[in-house]
Amino acid sequence: MTWFEYQRPQSLGEASDLLRKDDSVALAGGTDLLVALRHRAVRPALVVDLKSVSDIAEEIEVEGDRLRIGGRVVMSRLTRNQHVGRHFPALAQAAAVVGSVQIRNRATLAGNLCNASPAADTAPALLAYGATVIASRPDTTRSIPVEEFFTGPGTTVLERGEIVTAVELPIPPTTIGSAFARVTRRRGVDLASVSLACILDPSGRARFGFGAVGPTPLLAESTFDELATDEGWSRLLAVTSPITDVRAGAEYRRAMLHVHSRRAFQAASEQLRAAT
Amino acid sequence: MSPTESAITLTVNGSRRTVRVSPSTTLLEMVRTRLELTGSKECCAEGECGACTMILDGEPVNSCLVLAVETDGSEVTTIEGIGGAGMTPLQESFLTAGAIQCGFCIPGMVVAATALLERIPRPTESEVREGLSGNLCRCGGYSRISAAVMAVAGGNAAT
Repeated sequence: MTWFEYQRPQSLGEASDLLRKDDSVALAGGTDLLVALRHRAVRPALVVDLKSVSDIAEEIEVEGDRLRIGGRVVMSRLTRNQHVGRHFPALAQAAAVVGSVQIRNRATLAGNLCNASPAADTAPALLAYGATVIASRPDTTRSIPVEEFFTGPGTTVLERGEIVTAVELPIPPTTIGSAFARVTRRRGVDLASVSLACILDPSGRARFGFGAVGPTPLLAESTFDELATDEGWSRLLAVTSPITDVRAGAEYRRAMLHVHSRRAFQAASEQLRAAT
Repeated sequence: MSPTESAITLTVNGSRRTVRVSPSTTLLEMVRTRLELTGSKECCAEGECGACTMILDGEPVNSCLVLAVETDGSEVTTIEGIGGAGMTPLQESFLTAGAIQCGFCIPGMVVAATALLERIPRPTESEVREGLSGNLCRCGGYSRISAAVMAVAGGNAAT
């Protein structure tokens, strides 16, 4: 690893000031950052540890019709949380397959988003559920819909000094159907070759989040009527642009995307029928 | 420019230790080279293999992905902190099940399995396999490792 300085600020203002400096990076769980530091993919002068910042919550709380997941919440906590399990099962399923037990005990949901991998495991579910990212600086806070958060592989709309303090999800007012699917080369500790989440509501709308099939995680919307036809499926998947890399070929990705999207739609439809 | 070292104090295997470390030192490096506890192994050094697994504030983590400075005030258990003078029933079970071949992954396996059994005292075999999926054994001893854990967990897997 290269040499860097380390700071562990207590307040959001202090953290934000430190992160406004050139060559500073934020440290949350460190499961992506430490790998990047070791490979010298990033060479920061300063690492700003966010774990003691009191304004970044470690809790998952219901606030009215929204679920607020604090910026320091780790994956294993998400998988064990009753509100997440009850209202957002596809997110719980996604969090449960991130890395390994050891990784999930450190990796945060906010960090998974900020790392902005096209294959970010939790992104498809957050997209499909209509989540928003809460990004703060001492003077301002903004809510960014997840579909507007990513700008490319590893990049987001966050400005220097802006910190993700929470992720919020609207609690579905009615029963919905949901499914999560993920294709990997092996069962544990692998990045997704294709991942997706599918959310269906009783009014006939379908929302899909796709991972690892484009430069960023992607959102696509459709309707049950549209998805009764092959053309409807083609239109839905037109947003994706799979490439060939070490994990899978573009053709394979495209084929798996088609198969698993249809299966997820089927599973979510059955869930919705059973519940209504 | 020389690295700015800072002093951190943490509890390792029940004893309070104060160590001066540079910011780029990982928890694993500090434990192995400064505290001279070499049971935890460095293998992939990027969170894939689990050979460096330690219990940090109650949860198993990859110590190669934690900076030593992050652990100021924390409680850490390494393989040396498991079992005291003798071996734990789990460690005995690894021996009787023939789960140990070259042995390199075993400290990480034992720490991860100890943490697993603390959270789920009577796991199913699939919970054991899932719970240890972050620990790689290149000898391929997975069946016996899982049998060793099941045996001590009161499971009925044959050894």
